[in-house]
Amino acid sequence: MQRSLAKQFLADMVLARRFEEAAAEQYTLGKIGGFLHLYPGEEAVAVGSLRAAEPGDYVVTTYREHVHALVRGTPMQVVMAELFGRRDGCSGGYGGSMHLFDRERRFLGGYAIVGETFPIAIGAAYWVAMTSSPDCVLCYFGDGAANQGTFHEALNMAALWRLPVLFICENNHYQIGTEIHRHSAVVEVYKRACAYEIEARRVDGMDVLAVHHATTEALRHIREGRGPYLLECDTYRFRGHSMADGGAYRSATEVAELRARDPIEMFKSTALAEAWVSAEDVAEIEARADAEIEAAVAFADRSPPPKELDRDVYTRSLDLYGGATA
Amino acid sequence: MKRRREGNAGSIAPAQPAPTLTLWQALNIAHDRALAADDAVFVIGEDVGIFGGSYRATQGLYAKFGEWRVRDAPISENTFTGLGVGAALIGARPIIEIMTVNFALLALDAIVNLAAKIRYMSGGQFSVPVVIRMPGGVAKQLAAQHSQRLEHTLMNVPGLRIAVPATPQDAYWQLTQAIALDDPVVVLEHELLYGEEGPFDPDGPPPPLHAAAVRRTGRDVTLVAWSRMVKIALDAATTLSAQGIDAEVIDLRSLRPIDVPVLQASVAKTHRVAVIAEDCLFGGAAAEIAAALGERCFFDLDAPVARIAGADVPTPYNAALEASSIPTVEVVVESVAGLFSAPSR
Repeated sequence: MQRSLAKQFLADMVLARRFEEAAAEQYTLGKIGGFLHLYPGEEAVAVGSLRAAEPGDYVVTTYREHVHALVRGTPMQVVMAELFGRRDGCSGGYGGSMHLFDRERRFLGGYAIVGETFPIAIGAAYWVAMTSSPDCVLCYFGDGAANQGTFHEALNMAALWRLPVLFICENNHYQIGTEIHRHSAVVEVYKRACAYEIEARRVDGMDVLAVHHATTEALRHIREGRGPYLLECDTYRFRGHSMADGGAYRSATEVAELRARDPIEMFKSTALAEAWVSAEDVAEIEARADAEIEAAVAFADRSPPPKELDRDVYTRSLDLYGGATA
Repeated sequence: MKRRREGNAGSIAPAQPAPTLTLWQALNIAHDRALAADDAVFVIGEDVGIFGGSYRATQGLYAKFGEWRVRDAPISENTFTGLGVGAALIGARPIIEIMTVNFALLALDAIVNLAAKIRYMSGGQFSVPVVIRMPGGVAKQLAAQHSQRLEHTLMNVPGLRIAVPATPQDAYWQLTQAIALDDPVVVLEHELLYGEEGPFDPDGPPPPLHAAAVRRTGRDVTLVAWSRMVKIALDAATTLSAQGIDAEVIDLRSLRPIDVPVLQASVAKTHRVAVIAEDCLFGGAAAEIAAALGERCFFDLDAPVARIAGADVPTPYNAALEASSIPTVEVVVESVAGLFSAPSR
């Protein structure tokens, strides 16, 4: 393991965890409104997979996507400003927590209707294939999304046309409050890919190295022209589905057991034991994360609100009663 | 006596009538030209490829442009429509054919939540240059599930533009213009119009995409229609003319936006207006047009704005009942004549 990569993984995950905790705090302070879906517990999935992707690859994510944007390189301050609904946000304050977009980084958006990432991702992959470019599309989805029609429709088309898309299942075992064995006849999502003859595997989604390794292999498979791939990451969210969810449907024992497999703590122990990082490195990473988050919150707070209600509904302003002039 | 046209050897016949074409042929030419002109354009839909399109709009294009440019899709309306949106985000200019408007109900998430909203919710970073074509309307005994009109549903979606061509020429122009636009455009076609012939000049200067067209000038009443109802309105106008009522017929051509200035100018002249819609009456497309005119033309009107629209029933299979479920020439004539017996202000 390269020391620099280990430090990167740890820094990403620490930053992700603390960013989300800060977002929760800002939500309780009333700075962030609406729905807020947080990622603690699942950090190894976004970090491990996105760090295996190339800058040219496209990323399509769900509504639990702050960390994906951060790891992809969207500046933290513009992510926080978007959560605040401000003009400097990565979607100008028009999208919010569930709709982060970053064109420059090929971040094609956070989508808040479960199962929407599939059509968007295979559409991007269709164009990539049509233009024979070497890029891949990373398509994130949760265990609940595997029961939407779009999952099956998209897997079928991806396999049929050998589209360069990597479906990444963030299986956190719950669709809001319904546990996977109560919403899915087959609880291992990767097994469904075989119906479409798509290569698939399941990895420990709490192990950033396992996710990184599996993603690297999967992307190689795709870039070699061997068709799409489905990677299931077995993970867990430590918090409720959103800030509105107290999590009464899960036992304290279950949450405690999974918290004992905290992806950050596990990786930190390994990295320290293997001397990939030092205690000083860890302290520095944590201190830097805190400082960056503090600055991001201050930036978001200073950013003005967006002003124009009807900006960008169309490419140019459209008078709905104007007809020919429209 | 009908003049027989001889071969063109020797001299060019005087007053050569404009060439005519069917609406599906006009669409076919629009697709062909767009595919040839821009590698970013591709067509996706059920049976658009080898089969040539259910209404032949893409006939011959699979052979010419290949499977990636003219893509036969599985029966997965929501996902292949969303596929078009995803491709559009990164440079493609897809034309999505949904076999009928009825199946578009399965693709509403892709149309309403994706195509219409991504530009706005991304703060303007991503445009969605897709064209979504679909035929709808009441055809010939296709029964309730295949005889719908979704004007009302789609008109209420910010982010969409809606074109409703009634003639081959407009079908060509409006599809071509829609492909060139960076906004998502829904083109609502009509199943009974594909075989209709009309004058066609692919190189003539087109009117703006959303401009209404006056199809018949008249002094006494304005009939507003679109798609197949334009023909009903024109036929009704002929009958009304025999009764001494001179009707002006306006083909709206677009339902989002609406060309209100053209309607207003007409109503200022005629003082009476009827909106003729195949869409169901209650909460239907005609309601928006009637309201827009009521707000703007109140003092010009000698009678309330009339709506002559589809019955609020699922379309029946029985042919006679089916015919009675949408405006007919007779119903339009009767309703319009009634506007003249209403007490005037």
